[in-house]
Parts: sequence; structure tokens; C-alpha cells
Amino acid sequence: MSESQPSTRRLASRVSWETILALLLLIAVAGGALLNKDFLTADNWANLLANFVEIALMALPLCLIVITGEIDLSVASMLGLSSSLLGLLWEYKLAMPLGIVICLVAGALCGALNGFLIVRFRLPSLAVTIGTLALFRGFAYITLGDKAVADFPPEYAEFGIGVIPYTFIPMPFVLFVVLALIFWVLLHHTTVGRSLYAIGGNQTAARFSGVNISRLKMLLFVASGVISALAGIVFTFRFSSSRADNGTGFELSAIAAVFLGGILVQGGKGTVTGVVLALLLIGIINNVLTLADVASEILRIVTGSLLIISILLPNLIASTRERLRLIQRQREIAKLGAASVAK
Amino acid sequence: MTMEPKSSLDGQGWLNALVRSREVSLVLLIAVLTALTTVLNPRFVNPQSLKDLMLNVSIIALLVLGQTVIILMRQIDLSISSIVGITAFLSGTLFVNNPGIPSVVVVLIAVLAGLLLGAVNAVLIAWGKIPALITTLGTLYIFRGANYAWVHGRQVNAVNVPGSFLAIGTSTLAGIPILTWIVLILLVVFSIGLRQYRAGREFYAIGSNPTAAVLAGINVSRRLATGFVISGAIAGLAGALWLARFGTVDATAAEGIELTVITSTVVGGVAITGGVGTVVGAFLGALLLSVFSSTLVFLRVPSFWQQAFQGAMLLLAIAVDAYLAHRHALHSRVRWSRV
Repeated sequence: MSESQPSTRRLASRVSWETILALLLLIAVAGGALLNKDFLTADNWANLLANFVEIALMALPLCLIVITGEIDLSVASMLGLSSSLLGLLWEYKLAMPLGIVICLVAGALCGALNGFLIVRFRLPSLAVTIGTLALFRGFAYITLGDKAVADFPPEYAEFGIGVIPYTFIPMPFVLFVVLALIFWVLLHHTTVGRSLYAIGGNQTAARFSGVNISRLKMLLFVASGVISALAGIVFTFRFSSSRADNGTGFELSAIAAVFLGGILVQGGKGTVTGVVLALLLIGIINNVLTLADVASEILRIVTGSLLIISILLPNLIASTRERLRLIQRQREIAKLGAASVAK
Repeated sequence: MTMEPKSSLDGQGWLNALVRSREVSLVLLIAVLTALTTVLNPRFVNPQSLKDLMLNVSIIALLVLGQTVIILMRQIDLSISSIVGITAFLSGTLFVNNPGIPSVVVVLIAVLAGLLLGAVNAVLIAWGKIPALITTLGTLYIFRGANYAWVHGRQVNAVNVPGSFLAIGTSTLAGIPILTWIVLILLVVFSIGLRQYRAGREFYAIGSNPTAAVLAGINVSRRLATGFVISGAIAGLAGALWLARFGTVDATAAEGIELTVITSTVVGGVAITGGVGTVVGAFLGALLLSVFSSTLVFLRVPSFWQQAFQGAMLLLAIAVDAYLAHRHALHSRVRWSRV
């Protein structure tokens, strides 16, 4: 996003990445419809959309975090902690709205701890969030042990599994749509968004142009905590189950969606639209495979492969382009040489 | 099992001082922890629990060797637990399907399988230019998924594994389990290799300053690849030994131990920012973590606290390393060039 290279090629490559994703989405939908006649039913779509809500929620702040060149691996553990805490508070007969607020605050605190360690002590976010991945999951186990809480009030469980009347859109999905819009506006239409790209593009330059890097990163990690906690609450109501191991491994899918969505691993590039398309694509692939009775272990393999391919492919394209340019330059030089010899 | 801190033969001033102090402080911490627990529960130090401790630490300590090489280069390998899982089941299956197969052959096949899986990481990271975190997070799930699909709910039981092989995990030589001997021998090999040999020093150079390493003519891609292949092969060996230690293996074997291994390595003074640390330190880190978890058990702390403590220790170790590096940067100018 730097102004230094206003060439249309960069713009073109951006557009094409999202176009590619959109095309892949169409292919996936067509393939799903051909492979299974249940695919295009309203029930299935309600199911499909509901199944990726938690991961989609966590991917939104993660997308912004990766754009600034950091990463948050602890999202799934914050989800698990929030879910366990909600169960424990409900067991202690605390009013549900209060419980929800406490979980969100706990999420904010977890995110703040990440942010504090990364921003204040300048520790690498990768290492810190591997540590808090263990720490927060540990807190979840301390909170609930190996118990499960399941007797949530029906009106909340209904929120988890219900759809908006007369549509196939699950209620929790509305949360995602609203948040995705907020993040989209934030990233693409505000100075905050510009600052995030600036940080990811060149941190030193961003600092000298007056961007408050520490505060922005801190806010992003707190947002990641709050939204992961929200995802934990949604998960709890959707399955009417609060367990310490809820959502274990979800960070893989969230990270896969972010990179598949075209966010550069070095930061500084990518769009919310791309990430949303990637989320839908992963959701559809998982759904089609599930409908085809493919075992869940194969789904893991597919998600892991998508993660690797989403970075390998752009890398290969870039290096091929570079090599072609080199060959072309060598040819030009050879031509010039030949011309001068002829003289 | 106290490790004498290596005397600094060459004049690497601060680096050795730093590393030595970390090793000494780890030994002290382990001693204090053992003493405290013994006071609170005198049964803590007895031959049986010492043997258990050595057995418990062995496999983690083995994996720590490979992870040290990786973290020294400022990389990370999350996929080791899945490689251990696959090779453990592979070893068991070999025994089940080929009665009478020599144990050595099984161990060699397991190491080879681990090496090949490590090579997958190596190719993607060194030549695909995918960050190690992403690659090994991906392969962590791919390998484990493949393992689940292959195992398909089956299980290898100790009855199908020859007693001579299980003896690696049970019998002792001079009071130390054979399993631990294997790890100690490899520890010496790795320690010498990383200190004395050019290839070993290059791992440090790459993590210390990747750009300088390239300018110094080090083939960084090849070293990265070597590191991940070594890590994979070590994980393969650990898989075979996992079978020897536990006898029973299903698809979930070793799930999640990558966190323990990484925590041990970093607690042992191998800086997550690369270029600093020794395998001896990392080994002591694994020992400290193991003593610590036995302490928790002996003090009847619920096992649910284990993971939170581990996470906290990792964070603490990273913070301490960063603090030491910061202090060093303040107190020194360019007097010492980094390794």
C-alpha cells in the first residue's frame, strides 16, 4: 500500500487474487451442488454458515493483526477460556447477561496481556502467543477441569442454533456480518486502517510519520481477545456445552483463512473482502466434504494443506515472474551486445 | 545428573558468561525445587521416582535437541509431535506385521520416516520460502490427520511388542534407564557438533544475523533444510522410543507435546530470537520442567494446572531472555561481534 509504486500491476494483482477467490468460490458451490443434492438446501446453508461463525469471528481481528506484521496464535485458547468461564459462572447461578459481560472482559484482559508483552517488552508476538496459547488453555482447564456444563437456558441455546425467521441465516452469523462490516470500514476507509497498512509496510517510516504504533497494536490484541471471547460465547450456546477443550485447534483454520484471503505474511497487504471470501471458501469445502461423509481427520489435512498452499502459490508465482524478468533482461543485454559487436 | 557448565575455552566473553549463568541457574533451580519438594513430601526422592523422572524427561529431552537446532536459526518446528505420533504407530505396526523383525531395523525405519517427514518441512521452508511457523503449523495438522486416517481407531498394544524392545524403556544400566543413556549420548554428540564443527557454528550464525550469514557465504537454505531434516529424524527416533516407553500407541500419541518441547528449549536458554543457547541448557530446561511437573503431582496440585504453569514459564523465559539481551545491548557497544 505504499505510494512509492503506483503501477497498475500491483492493483491488478490485488484484484486478481480476490477474483481468483471468487471464482474458486463459484467452482466450490457448483461442485457442491453437483456432488450432493442436499448442498443447495436452506437447511444445509444454515448449517454451513453456522459452522464457521466462530472461526470467522476470530479471523477478523487476526486479519488486522497480520497486516501490521504480528500474529495471534492464542485465539482458540481465549475461545476455550471464555466458554469455560461462561459455564462456571452459569453453574454458580450468575445471571447470564452478567456472565457474558464477564467473559468479554476476561477476553479483553487476555488480549491486553498479549498486547502488553508484545508492545511494552518488544517481545516477538509469535513466541508470546505460543506461550499464551498454553497459558489461556491452562486457565480454561483450571476454570472447569474436565467437567462439562450443558444446562444452559433454552432462550440462549436458541440464539446459538436458531435462524432469522423465514431465512436460512443463523443468528450468530449476523454478529459476523456486522463485525465484518465494521472491520471493513475501519481498515479501508479510516486513517486507522491506513496506519495499520503503514505499520505493516514499514514500521520505522510509520513511526516517523506520527503513527502511534504501540497504541494501535495494543488495541488490536485487545480486540482479538474480546472477539475470541465472543466466539467462545457463541460456541457455548451453539453446542449448549461448555468445556475446557472447546475450540482446540481452531487457530489453524482462522490463520489459514487469513493467509488464503491474501493477507501477506510479512504484513502490509490484504483486504477484509479477501478474508471473508476465503472464510466462505473454507466453510464450503468443509461442508461439501462433510456431506460426502469424509472423515474429520481428512478435513484437518485439507485445512493444513490450504494454509500451506495459500502461501506457497503466491511465492511460486512471484519467483517465476522474477525469473522471467531476469531472463528477459539477459536477452535484452545479449541483443545489445550483439548489436554493438555488429557495429 | 548435574551438568558441569562448560568452561569457556575460547574468548566469547559475554555469550559464554550469559549461557553459563543460565545453565548454573537452571541447575540451582532444579536443586532448590527438589529440596523444597523433598521437605514437603519426603517420598519425592527415592530410586523409583528418580527412575520415573529420568524416563519422563528422556523423550522430551531428545526432542529438545532437534528443536534447539531449529530455534538457534530463529525458526520453529511445531510438527514434531505429529511426527512422533506417526512414527510411534509405524514402529508398532512393523512389530505387529513382521514378528521377529530386529528392533534395530524398526528403529532405523522410524528414524528414516521421521527424516522424510522433516524433509517435507525442509523443502517447503527452505525452497518454498514459507515461514517455518506456517509450514509446521500446517504439517502439524496434516501429519496428525494422516495418522488418524491411517490408524483408524486401532491401537498397538504392549503384548505385540517384543520384550527386548520394551526393555529400552524399562531396564537400567548403572542405575540409569537405557532410554536415558541413548538421550545422553545424543546430547554429547549434539553439544560437540554445535560447538566444534563448522556446520554447527553456522546454525548460530544464521539465527544471530541472517543477512550477515548470507554475506559470509553460508548457504542458508541448505542449513535450514538440514535443521528441519535433523529435527524430523530426531522426532522419528523419539517415536520409536515412545513405543518402547509406553508399549501402547493409538492415534493420539504425543499430541500437544510440541508445546512442552518448545517451552523446555526456551526455558533452557535457547533464545527464541535465535543465535543464543546450548543443547545442554535446553536439556536442563527439559529437566527443570519435568521436575516441576513431578513437584506439582507430589504436592497434589490438580493436573489441570500443569498447562497454565507451562505457558507462564515460557512467557517468563522469553521475557528474561529479552531483558538480558536488552541489558547487554545497553552495556556494550560494538566491542564484541556476535558469534
